[in-house]
Amino acid sequence: MELIQYILIGVFLVATVVGYILINNVPSRLHTPLMSGMNALSGVTILGALLATATALSGSSPVVGSIFGSLAIILAMINVTGGFSVTNRMLKMFGRKKKNTDE
Amino acid sequence: MNNLLFASFSTATLLSDAVYYIACGVLALAVLLGIHFMSKVEKAQLGNRISAWAIALGIILTLIKKDILPVWLMYPAMAVGAIIGLILARRVKMIEMPQLVALLNGIGGAASAIVASFAFTSLYRSGEFFGKTTASLAVVVGTVTLFGSLVAAGKLHKLITQKPIIYRFHQTAAVGLLFILTVLVILGGFFSLIPSAILLPIMVIVAAVFGLLFSVRVGGADMPITISLLNSLSGVAAAIAGFAVTDILLVAVGGIVGASGLFLTQIMCRAMNRKLMDILLGKTALKKSKTEKKETTEESRETEEKDPVDPITVIKSAKNVIIVPGYGMALAQAQHLTKELAEKLKDNGASVKFAIHPVAGRMPGHMDVLLIEAGIPFDDVYEMDSINDAFKEADVTIVVGANDVLNPAARNAEGTPIYGMPILNVDQCKHIVIFNYDLKPGYSGVENPIYKNKEGVWVIQGDAATTLKETLQKL
Repeated sequence: MELIQYILIGVFLVATVVGYILINNVPSRLHTPLMSGMNALSGVTILGALLATATALSGSSPVVGSIFGSLAIILAMINVTGGFSVTNRMLKMFGRKKKNTDE
Repeated sequence: MNNLLFASFSTATLLSDAVYYIACGVLALAVLLGIHFMSKVEKAQLGNRISAWAIALGIILTLIKKDILPVWLMYPAMAVGAIIGLILARRVKMIEMPQLVALLNGIGGAASAIVASFAFTSLYRSGEFFGKTTASLAVVVGTVTLFGSLVAAGKLHKLITQKPIIYRFHQTAAVGLLFILTVLVILGGFFSLIPSAILLPIMVIVAAVFGLLFSVRVGGADMPITISLLNSLSGVAAAIAGFAVTDILLVAVGGIVGASGLFLTQIMCRAMNRKLMDILLGKTALKKSKTEKKETTEESRETEEKDPVDPITVIKSAKNVIIVPGYGMALAQAQHLTKELAEKLKDNGASVKFAIHPVAGRMPGHMDVLLIEAGIPFDDVYEMDSINDAFKEADVTIVVGANDVLNPAARNAEGTPIYGMPILNVDQCKHIVIFNYDLKPGYSGVENPIYKNKEGVWVIQGDAATTLKETLQKL
């Protein structure tokens, strides 16, 4: 295994542990927005999709590459935009209600 | 990865490796900061924005570093995805959030599986065992997530029956498929015996069948656990795909999502008195004969138990009221009527609190969102642990469409599916008014002794939207 692969494993472990600790502090009333936010974050695979598509286009079978590549980009992007915007929609409701009770 | 691409001018030179890795680290920290802000309701929206910006910058960073800015095909694809995502986010009703989240879990898994397929195909003839193994694994996990999630979303959207579907040899088949998948991943990672064009589809098909078998046996009320688990898997799939394509940010963020899903899965397991291992082994399904009892006829009767005192008088004179909303309230679309009820009681000078069980709804935190949407201030909404001692002092508890989460059988009826499950102490309240569709047991199939208790308990049967409206008029 190369150095970068050890680094990747280290990054994975640290991110998982730190993420777990931080999520522990999220109140249960925000668990639904938390999950939809996680949907958005799982769309981070868009980074891999972009790279893989570009690589495949210059490879031996650009047609297959462009079909599956575009599909991966579309799917990942649905998650990123859909996830973040529906999370925002919910959190806005939480914010709005808070203001109303203050008035 | 750069050497796979040739260009006369390389934007990759704009960013040295060191700068790129530091930038990835900063973005990963930004995502963690965003999650940290989710711990306070006031800052949560800001946290969500920070995470969104981190991903957006991550995309730009990748385009520059990997020198793929001029690949025009990617931009229309991104635009199509963005538009579909925005439409979904805008159109979805809050009661449909569980199926949206389930669907997005699946879509994320699918995207990661495709990314990993690319890596797998390009690495297959090389000696990169680490890359090949992780790519195979990501294909499998992503595909399981996709098909498991599609079934879950279908069940939640009532396209498929909510009842657990158990095939003959279900368990044996699931374990067998898991074994085959392990063999396939090893084959893909270390041996190049079969052409990748054959091995890859086999992997996808076997993983798809496994995903279907996994989700199809889960019943409606067990969905919170399943969705949380699939949420976790979608992150794990992304992280493993990140190993395969050597992308630090992908690994880090995927890991965070995996951890979050796992955490929520544990919370849900605790709240429903289930062991994670049992769920993985397929013991989520409750006894079939009992769940069948839940099936009800269409007739909606309204019969009030005639007691010396009527519930209206009790509710009217109460100064200290707790309302327990359940999924039945959401099904009857009675959130707004429940809010009206609360406001009416408050106008009479009563204090009104809402008590929420962790599994009220079809996903973690679902009931909170539904109440907030109806306009109930979240300061009035209490979690189980912070309100359980207050039932003793309350004058009346009003239950709207909830059953199992307040069933005292969980404390003493050993051997029933809900035994040991933490419940709301509704039975400690002097007066209980229950709005429920019928007198039948809840999803667990366990009789609720509160319903039998005549003194101080009134059960108003029928569709909560109708019965609540009638009660409101009388108040």
